[in-house]
Amino acid sequence: MKWGVVRFPGSLDDADALWALKHVMGQEARALWHKDEDLADVQCVVLPGGFSYGDYLRCGAIARFAPIMKSVVRFANDGGLVLGICNGFQILCEAHLLPGALTRNRSLSFICEWVSVRVENAATPFTCAARQGEVLRLPIKHGEGLYVAPADELGAMEERGQVLLRYTDAAGRQNGAANPNGSTRAIAGVANEAFNVFGLMPHPEHAVEAALGGEDGLKIFRSIIMSVEQASAGTLTDTSSSTSLV
Amino acid sequence: MLVKVFVTPRKGILDPQGRAVEQSLKSLGFAGVGAVRVGRYIVLELDAESVEQARETARRMCVQLLANPNIEDYSFEVEPREAGSR
Repeated sequence: MKWGVVRFPGSLDDADALWALKHVMGQEARALWHKDEDLADVQCVVLPGGFSYGDYLRCGAIARFAPIMKSVVRFANDGGLVLGICNGFQILCEAHLLPGALTRNRSLSFICEWVSVRVENAATPFTCAARQGEVLRLPIKHGEGLYVAPADELGAMEERGQVLLRYTDAAGRQNGAANPNGSTRAIAGVANEAFNVFGLMPHPEHAVEAALGGEDGLKIFRSIIMSVEQASAGTLTDTSSSTSLV
Repeated sequence: MLVKVFVTPRKGILDPQGRAVEQSLKSLGFAGVGAVRVGRYIVLELDAESVEQARETARRMCVQLLANPNIEDYSFEVEPREAGSR
């Protein structure tokens, strides 16, 4: 399938995301320049990690106004798949494509470590290659990853299954020590109501080869590929059945 | 006009910076310190017809960019300035 990875000034992990997609997963992936408005024919847009526009004002606050974001918002509103990793998650929140916001870690320290996250909803385009309740080992590296949202909104999100990943210990149990940044309800990743936009603080693109320390990140990318393939297979099936009726 | 914008973490939102500053002030011996919030102060010059117009513009600036209403509260002051006093 065809992927586009947006490159903002200050993006850091765009090259790593492209590496993971092209060289590890054999996908067709290209960089998308922040000043362009053309997403070409990509089937999934990735907003990578980093410090877009120096994280000035608030993380993601300026990137939201980049020319390409107009197209990304339109793409998302039309049902296109959008994956925001770390700074990409922050940008999606600032762009109101995802609920809530990300703020300073409880510890006030930048955290760079491997964490465990539990898959809370495996019935989405971003998690369908994982099992419900499966624990993934992924790295985080951020200073502002504490997820917050209004309490009533959080309740509604949980009911709709929009919390896709939650920080846990390696056995999948929730406890305070296993919540690295102090996120509300230990939330590590959320989807929008339509489940076509997903943001997460951990970095799946940095966990795609044993040499990097783990391969669990592949499950996120595989999920997206599976869901796109199923969607196009579904379209083909529909066409063939209607043809046979004729 | 001179516009001064104050952005602070919304009440009820965890403010780790405010908490750390509060602890530090207490450890320095400042008694009676509580509910410290650490925010942002933005000052800008604005050409506007009137204070009312400047206030409306400032409000729109806060909503659209300067503050994130999910996590922050904002307030602002507008000071009239003589033309050419820059």
